Amino acid sequence: MDKDKLAGLYQQWNQGPVEQALKKTPERANCAHTPAGIPNERIYTPLNLDEAGFDYAKDLGFPGQFPYTRGRDPLGYRSNYWLFMQYAGCGDAEEANKRYRYLLSQGQAGISVAFDLPTQVGLDSDDPMADGEVGKIGVAVSSLQDLETVFEGIPLNKLRQISLVANAMSSIILAMFLALAEKQGVPVDECTLRIQNDVLKEFISRGAYIFPPEPSIRLTTDVVTYCAQNHPAWLPITLCGYHIREAGANAVQEVAYCLANGLAYMDEVARRGAPMERVLPQLSAFCAVNMNFFEEIAKFRALRRLWARLVRERYGVGPEVNLGLSLVNFTAGSSLTAQQPMNNIVRVAVECLAGVLGGCQSLFPCSMDEAFATPTEAAVKVALRTQQIIANETGIGDTADPMGGSYYLESLTSEIEKRALKMIEEIEALGGSVKAIDQGYFRRNIDEASYQWQKEVDTGARSIVGVNAYQEADEAPMEIFRPPAETQERQIARLRKLREERDNDRVQKALEQVKAVAATEENLIPALTEAARAYATMGEICGVLRSVFGEHNEGDI
Amino acid sequence: MPKRHRIMLAKAGLDGHDRGVRVVAMGLRDANFEVIYTGRRQTPEHIVNAAIQEDVDAIGLSILSGAHMTLFAKILELLKAKEADDIVVFGGGIIPPDDAQELKQMGVKHIFGPGTAMDTIVGAINQTLEQREAK
Repeated sequence: MDKDKLAGLYQQWNQGPVEQALKKTPERANCAHTPAGIPNERIYTPLNLDEAGFDYAKDLGFPGQFPYTRGRDPLGYRSNYWLFMQYAGCGDAEEANKRYRYLLSQGQAGISVAFDLPTQVGLDSDDPMADGEVGKIGVAVSSLQDLETVFEGIPLNKLRQISLVANAMSSIILAMFLALAEKQGVPVDECTLRIQNDVLKEFISRGAYIFPPEPSIRLTTDVVTYCAQNHPAWLPITLCGYHIREAGANAVQEVAYCLANGLAYMDEVARRGAPMERVLPQLSAFCAVNMNFFEEIAKFRALRRLWARLVRERYGVGPEVNLGLSLVNFTAGSSLTAQQPMNNIVRVAVECLAGVLGGCQSLFPCSMDEAFATPTEAAVKVALRTQQIIANETGIGDTADPMGGSYYLESLTSEIEKRALKMIEEIEALGGSVKAIDQGYFRRNIDEASYQWQKEVDTGARSIVGVNAYQEADEAPMEIFRPPAETQERQIARLRKLREERDNDRVQKALEQVKAVAATEENLIPALTEAARAYATMGEICGVLRSVFGEHNEGDI
Repeated sequence: MPKRHRIMLAKAGLDGHDRGVRVVAMGLRDANFEVIYTGRRQTPEHIVNAAIQEDVDAIGLSILSGAHMTLFAKILELLKAKEADDIVVFGGGIIPPDDAQELKQMGVKHIFGPGTAMDTIVGAINQTLEQREAK
């Protein structure tokens, strides 16, 4: 239709039926903006796309092709569904092994290993700071011995994917994994290994840092360049927006901060001469799926497009290189309520739908009871079934990017991309992510966004069922998972026995070698792998690295 | 004019999730409290010593990692040992209801779970501190 004619019809509609309807019932105040503050118009038409200069070939293209708006895989979900994943791990290695075997028997395609906090910050289970935290939010892995137990009876090459949620200590966990593969004697490249390996977001939001930012980035890039050379099919880094979002950032900030960090890593990888045409296609992004349905779907499409556009130019790679980020979508833990917790099943289902419509490669649903504790097995099963129902019964994967072309969705996608790019330029102007961390840029902006959100909930401008709307006075208690009480003692006993029984001369030699290499620019992974083989512990290896790199501490606000 | 209360908010142990504690810090400041936030990864000893040194009226502990039973107990013990147990202790985070009950029996005055409104937190702390002063 002719543009002017359409504009005329739009005006007639706005002045006629709309005016009349508004006289009867005014519009809700809370429909004016998305949660990220993007204005919502009354309706979207081709006029909005024209205004934004929308061009199908340039802005959408086809799945598997630049700029990847419509997805990374040419077939969408027509050959394979996304990977059904579940974040799991608790207790000691034996308990985690049991949980993984159960999930695999229920049709899960891969394993995602959650580590407990002491492991994540490079401490052994018997460190005084670890008291009370051992095996609480993940499995305790103090040495290769623990990892061997975690994968007891689970041949690595029988899994489609293993995902290791390792960040500040990712290089050590990779080394332990390589040593484990040697022990199992399986062709390890038959399984895809994904390592989270995004340490900058630990400084910005999640807090599981060990060393200062600069040496932390060095360890991150050691992992990336080692994998690019030796295991090119693995996914050695996952750019994380999730933790930034969960810390209170809005959807636009999530995209911007996640990708700004990605540029910081890739700049360093490129500086060290790694083949970018090999590294870039192996990148993933790990983002939250929150409750605002359309903003979330648009966010994932904007994220893919913006990244592809940024890096193609920056690293000068050719059109044959797949720059479509592989998306790991995880439903938002912060959207779960402790009030009327059964309702969380519905929230997770809606978020899963948005995650799939955004074109994820793997999907992690939260469990309904996570506002109280680590989930029970029963709650985890409902979450797994939720995505199985979505995949098998709704037809959602029968055509690629079914939401593409929606006037509203395409307008939101463009707007999120535009706003996120502006933020990335701001960060670059400060000197990049590391400098922006030093200057408190991220914390300041996230604090502002999260406090704003809280105020909107407190004033009732934003309704959350069970929290500030439709409350119930008496709620039936829910069954809660109890981590076994004796985990910490058992883990510590095993660790102390290991220290007595292993070849301690070999450990000492390996640790000295780690220290020597740490002081150079050489890749640390081979030296760390020898330390892992010798059963040097997480705390011992990190101790040596701390002596070279120093430690990061957070000051008072 | 009522006395302006001093509150120390703290992250004990290894848990890095600090969205809640930072929002509460901003909320309490807006409600005219003087707030000192310790930052992450503090030991119970450091928190208690700092609280005594800063002469605070209350300590608010945020724990989402599941280590709450260990860490709250240590803080309460240390306050008692240093004869500073007139300092009110409250907390929040991911804490199962049964544990919250047990913590209250141990002497923790309030546990604020997810979804608690800022007004509720401010009201409860004010009331507890007023009762303490009336004694």
